Amino acid sequence: MTLPFTTSRRGWLLLAVLLPLLLLFAWVALRSGPLAPVNVTVVQVEDRAISPALFGIGTVEARYTQKVGPTAAGRVSMVAVDVGDTVKEGQLIAQIDPIDLDQRIDAAAGGSARSAALEQAAVAQIADATARVALAQSQAARTEKLKEGGWVTDAMVDQRRQELAGARASLAAAQANRNAAGQDRGRLGAERAALVQQKANLRLVAPHAGLVVRRAVEPGTTVVAGQAVIEIIDPSQLWINVRFDQTQSAGLAAGLPVRIALRSRPESQVAGTIERVEPMADALTEEVLAKALFSLAEGIPSIGELAEVTVALPARARTPAIPNAAVHRVDGQVGVWVIRGGDLDFVKVKIGAQNLDGWVQILDGLKTGEQIILHSAKALSANSRFSIVKSLP
Amino acid sequence: MISLAGRDILHGWGKFVLTGVGLGLLIGVTLSMAGVYRGMVDDAQALLDNSHADLWVVQKDTLGPYAEPSSLPEDSERPIQAMRGVAQAAGVTYLTMQIAQGDKDVRVMVVGTEMGEPGMPGQPTHLIAGRQIVRGHYEAVADVKSGFALGDRVKVRRNFYTVVGLTSRMVSSGGDPMLFLSLKDAQAAQFQKDSDAIVRQRARTEANPQLNPPGNPAVAAAVNAVQSGNTNVNAVLVTITPDADPDLVADAIRRWQRLTVYTRAEMEEILVQKLIANSARQIAMFLVILSIVSAAIVAFIIYTMTIGKIREIAVLKLIGTRNRTISWMILQQALGLGLIGFVVGKIAASLWAPFFPKYVLLLPADSIRGFFAVMLICTLASVLAIQAALKVDPAEAIGG
Repeated sequence: MTLPFTTSRRGWLLLAVLLPLLLLFAWVALRSGPLAPVNVTVVQVEDRAISPALFGIGTVEARYTQKVGPTAAGRVSMVAVDVGDTVKEGQLIAQIDPIDLDQRIDAAAGGSARSAALEQAAVAQIADATARVALAQSQAARTEKLKEGGWVTDAMVDQRRQELAGARASLAAAQANRNAAGQDRGRLGAERAALVQQKANLRLVAPHAGLVVRRAVEPGTTVVAGQAVIEIIDPSQLWINVRFDQTQSAGLAAGLPVRIALRSRPESQVAGTIERVEPMADALTEEVLAKALFSLAEGIPSIGELAEVTVALPARARTPAIPNAAVHRVDGQVGVWVIRGGDLDFVKVKIGAQNLDGWVQILDGLKTGEQIILHSAKALSANSRFSIVKSLP
Repeated sequence: MISLAGRDILHGWGKFVLTGVGLGLLIGVTLSMAGVYRGMVDDAQALLDNSHADLWVVQKDTLGPYAEPSSLPEDSERPIQAMRGVAQAAGVTYLTMQIAQGDKDVRVMVVGTEMGEPGMPGQPTHLIAGRQIVRGHYEAVADVKSGFALGDRVKVRRNFYTVVGLTSRMVSSGGDPMLFLSLKDAQAAQFQKDSDAIVRQRARTEANPQLNPPGNPAVAAAVNAVQSGNTNVNAVLVTITPDADPDLVADAIRRWQRLTVYTRAEMEEILVQKLIANSARQIAMFLVILSIVSAAIVAFIIYTMTIGKIREIAVLKLIGTRNRTISWMILQQALGLGLIGFVVGKIAASLWAPFFPKYVLLLPADSIRGFFAVMLICTLASVLAIQAALKVDPAEAIGG
C-alpha cells in the first residue's frame, strides 16, 4: 500500500501539522498526570557539627512580687502611692481605717492609770497594816510578861494575841490588794500595747524597696484579710518564665546562655541565662518550665509581656547530617529516600539532635556523600519514577 | 489501491484539520470535566492520605473532624497510645479560615500537628522547598497553592508565623490549601479569642456576683484563667502497628475510651459519600450531559460533512465505485476526525488543567475510556452518514 500523500505538497503540509500534534500528544501523555515522573531535588549527606538549640516562649515576670495587704478585714482610708512610684523599704503606702482603735487605746490607758492608783492605795494600806502589826506585837509581848508576874488574867493574854493575828491578816490582805492592782496594771498596759501594735499594723508599709505595679483598691474600699492593696516588684530582678516543649527540652540546664526576643522588640535580642529549670514540669501542656534571668540596658519591659527564648546548646561531634525535609516515615520506620544505582531506596536511619535551621544528626544508616532526596513534588514510594530538578516547584 | 479517504482529506485538508481541532476542543472540555470530578474525589482522598493515619478518633457521636465539628481533650491521646496495636497517636486541629496574603485574602485550612518527631501523623508528608517546623512556635509550612513563599510572614489571628517550608497537594476536602502550624500555635489560633472578646468576657465575669463574690477576689481571677485556656484538639490521629487489624483496634478504642473511631474506609465514605456527595454528583451530572452533547455534535459534524460531499459520492457511484469502498471511505474519515479530535482534546485538557483553581486529575484510564467512546461515537455517526450516502441516486451527479 502506498501512502496517499507521499508525493504531493499537500501531503507534506498535512504531515507537518499532524506530526507535531502527535509528538505533543506523546509528551503530554507521559509528562503530565499520574504517569509523569515525580520531580525531586537531591542533596548529599554532609559532615556537620550540629549545634542544637531549644526554643521556648514565656512571659516576663518579676522574680520578687510583694502583695501588700492588711492582716484583718478593714476599710482602706488612704493609699499613698500610685502605679509607677518607686518606694523605699518601710515607706507608708496605705492606711486602713482604725475605726475605734484610738478610743480603745485610750480606755486601756485609763484602765492602766486606775490600776496604778489602786496599787498606790494598797501600798498605803500595807503601811497602815504594818504599823498595826508592830503595835499588836509589842502589846502582846508586854501582856505575856505581865502574866508571868500574875498581874493580868489569861483572858487578857488571849485578847492581845487575837489582836496581833488580826493585824497580821490585815497586812496580808493589803499586800494581796497591792499585787492584784499591779497585775491589773500590767494587763491593761499589755492590752494597750497590743492595740498600739494593731494600729501600727493598719499602716501598710513597703516590706522591700521596689516599684509599685498595681494599686488594687482605692480609699473607701473594704478589703478582706490577705487581699492585696498594693503590689510591689523588684525591678532589678526580672526573669522570663519560659516553657519548652518536653520533646525538645533535652540538654536544658541552669547556667546556659539564652537569647531573648521580647514581643515589643522582636528584632533586638537580649542576652540572659537560665536561672533554673523547674523540677515540676507541666503535665497537661507537656512542657518543661524554666526561668531565664535577664536585664535590659534601659527601662524595664512590661510585666507579662510575651518573649521568645532561644537556648544554644554546645555543638555535638561531627556526624553525617541532613536537612529534616528529607526525613520521612514509611510503614512506621523513620528513614530517608536514597538514590542508589539510579533507583529509590528507603533507608532506615537513626536521627539525633536537630538545630534550628532544620539539620538533623544521622547517628546510623547513612554515609557522608550519599545522594538523598530532599524535596519531592509528591510523596514517594519505592517504585516511583523520578526526575532530578534543581528546584521545585 | 488508492485510498479514497486519504485523497478526499487531502483535497480539503485544512477544513478537515480545523474541524478536528474544533471537535478536539469540545472533547477537551469533556475530559476536563471528568478531571474536575476526579480531582474533587482526589482532594478528599489526598486529605486522608496526607494525614497518614489509620484511625481517626473523634468526639463521641460526631462525624468529625472533616465533616462535622469535633472537640476532645488533648490528653485523650495518652490512654490511646497505651493500647495494644497502636503505634502512634497524635492530636490534630483543623480550622478553615481566611488569612491575608499580600493585598488579597486566601482561604486556608490551618492544621495543627505535633512536630516533636518526624513522621507523626498529621505532618506534611513531603516538602517541595524549605524544611519542616523545628521551633515549637511561630513557624509554618504552607501548601504552595496558598501563594506563600519561603520566608513570608503569615498572620493567623494575633500572631505572625514564618513560612519555613512549602508542600504541595496538601488540601482540605474543599480544595483549600493547608497551612501547618505546631499544635500549640494552632490551638491558640482556634480557641484563643481576640483581645476585645477577652476584655469583655473579663468585665462580664467581674459583673457577675456569683463569679466575683464580694470578699473573695481570687474567684474572678480563677474563672478568667479557666475561660482563657483551652487544650482541646479536633481529633486524635492514630497509626497502628503493622501486625494489628484496624477494625479490632478501632473497636477496642470505642469500647474502652468511649470515643467515636473511624477507620480509613469509613472516613473515605464520610468524605466521598457525605461531604462532597452533592457537589460531586452535580459535576457528574454535568459530565453526563456534556458527554451526550459532545457525542451529538460529533455525530452531526460527520453527518453534515458527508452530506456536503453528496455530489462527489454520486459521481463515485456513477463511475461504478462499490458501496463497500464508499462506506469504508466515510468510516475512515470519521475515525480520522475522531482521532485528531481526541489528540487535540487530550493535549488541550492537559495544558489547561494546571490553570484551574481546583485540582484537575486527568487519569490515563479516563483518557483511554474517552478514546474508545470517541471512536464508538464516530463509528455510530458514520453509520448514519453511510446510510445517507448509499441512498444517493447516481443521477444526482449529473442532474440536480
